[in-house]
Amino acid sequence: MSGANQIEDAPSTVDDTERDDGIGIRDIVGALFRDLLVLTAVIYLFVLFFCAVFANFVAPYDPLIPNIFANRLPPFSVTAGLDGTEQFHLLGTDALGRDVLSRLMYGARASLFVAAVSVLISGTLGTLLGLLAGYYGGRVETIVMRAVDAFMAVPSLLIALFVLFIIGGGLVNMVIIFALVRWVVYARLARGITLSLRESSFVEAARAIGASNARIMFRHILPNMMSPILVLATLEVALLVLAEAGLSFLGFGLLPPEPSWGLMIARGREYMREAWWMITFPGLAIFLTTLSLNLVANWLRTIMDPVQRWRWLM
Amino acid sequence: MGAGMKFNPAFGRFLSRRLISSLVLLVIVMSMVFFANRQIGDPARMVLGNGASEEAVLTLRQQMGLEDPMLEQYGRFLAGLATGDLGQTFRFGMSNSMGQGSEVDANKTLPIAMERLPATLFLTGATILFSVLVALPMGVYAAARPRSHTDRMISVLSLAGVSIVEYWFALILVLVFAVQFAWLPTSGYGSFAHVILPALALSLRPIGRITQITRSSLLDELAKPYVRAAKGRGIPVRRVAIIHALKNAAIPIVTTIGDETINVITGVIIIETIFGWPGIGALTVDALSIRDVPLVEATVFVLVIMVLVINLMVDLAYAFLNPRLRIR
Repeated sequence: MSGANQIEDAPSTVDDTERDDGIGIRDIVGALFRDLLVLTAVIYLFVLFFCAVFANFVAPYDPLIPNIFANRLPPFSVTAGLDGTEQFHLLGTDALGRDVLSRLMYGARASLFVAAVSVLISGTLGTLLGLLAGYYGGRVETIVMRAVDAFMAVPSLLIALFVLFIIGGGLVNMVIIFALVRWVVYARLARGITLSLRESSFVEAARAIGASNARIMFRHILPNMMSPILVLATLEVALLVLAEAGLSFLGFGLLPPEPSWGLMIARGREYMREAWWMITFPGLAIFLTTLSLNLVANWLRTIMDPVQRWRWLM
Repeated sequence: MGAGMKFNPAFGRFLSRRLISSLVLLVIVMSMVFFANRQIGDPARMVLGNGASEEAVLTLRQQMGLEDPMLEQYGRFLAGLATGDLGQTFRFGMSNSMGQGSEVDANKTLPIAMERLPATLFLTGATILFSVLVALPMGVYAAARPRSHTDRMISVLSLAGVSIVEYWFALILVLVFAVQFAWLPTSGYGSFAHVILPALALSLRPIGRITQITRSSLLDELAKPYVRAAKGRGIPVRRVAIIHALKNAAIPIVTTIGDETINVITGVIIIETIFGWPGIGALTVDALSIRDVPLVEATVFVLVIMVLVINLMVDLAYAFLNPRLRIR
């Protein structure tokens, strides 16, 4: 916004950016290029997202059609496909002769979909409830925070494991469960921030000129908690990618033949000794995804913090 | 009341409130488990298999008390919770169905679950001990030299630690150290060598988290006036950091260690399965996969109690770390 313009006008002043409250897209992109590790993480996430969304076009082969003559081929194998054409398997094939790279791309779709949709639902729900609890206090707060304490006291993976055992796995059920167990972390954060902002002078000012409760909550308090919530949401995506992989590995998450990273590791485990690539690549994909998300969240936290921001914009 | 004598009364009240809410939570969780478990099909049919006649199923249902009103069953379940009797497992019931009820007690689910507890406690304890021994020095070192190359490397390493897929890392460890080099056993239980790989696989995440929190809370503490005063008097920074600041920064660190212990207890479910570790986690997965409802109830019961006990221990630790919570 205006911060970006000011930087162009006076390129060498850090003070101007500090005095101006907002930071522009250009500042963020500029800062990004100064941190190669975070830049790599962002590029990786973009590529992954692209592969997940456009898996139908990007994936070299079908992730589901088996080709028993081409099973367990090591990376960089060239073989004759079912239709007689020559096929190149960059990351090898699995026990049924399916291309590992293609399955990774479709697996990214499943993993990211589950994580992103769950985060969207739980984030919205948790933020709203936390906001209401913090703003109104009293009964609302007691009820919400009791529920938060209860959910916090039992590990969410254990709840998820048990509920999925009862209602069965699958994409939709996983999203429901994750949304149900993870909203509490947002509620706790949102309530804490609301409590500290409720008494601040700008909220009092808004109240003095007659703003309604809803207006104060959504136009004054909510925008001020978006950056910590965003950082938390990024961390949560990473956490849920791991959780999805774990539950699918145990057989309580996504169901075969759905290509999922966790399932690929579970299947690969049986052939671990002869075909290392079957477990190595899906595990690496998960690791790189969560590491990138964590790096980006860490970086977002710093850049959105006005006290520390100057280090990155310098 | 005993707590009230020793601690600040407010803290005593806090503790007893936590104890009560833990018990309430335990009953709620177990009730949910009870009702949820009644939704997944007929246990009697599961025991007898699909070939059994309707009469046999009905007789067994009566024996198992499944024909009684739901409320009565629930009452029995609650009474069982109070006395530590959570019913009998299906699996052992199956093998036992011919020679009637001579070994009834051997089939009780809670003793079966409790038998697995030491192995899990051992693995969890080894993991947390190892994690703390690695993470604390790393965090202190990073905080003593903020923004240095070492600090940055430690930060990235701890991020990598929390990003890794535990069970995948476990499999890779097996592949490298057990299969390739044959230095360590692939799975099993008994000797010290057996605990190394599972504990290593489980420890990466706690190491990452504890390092991060040690570094950041220590940095906060080092920015305080008393540290500057100590520095002014010529006391070396490292000494101030370790002796004074670390003690004051201990509350968030202990909280994180508690949280991570709970995470390890969850992680144990998968890791024990991979390493054939005879603990409560592997038993939980077994019970879930053969749909042994009473056994599932018992393992969840033990796991939840472990979690609640750790939470209470963390609360108690606060009292020792923060003198204001003790009696004056």
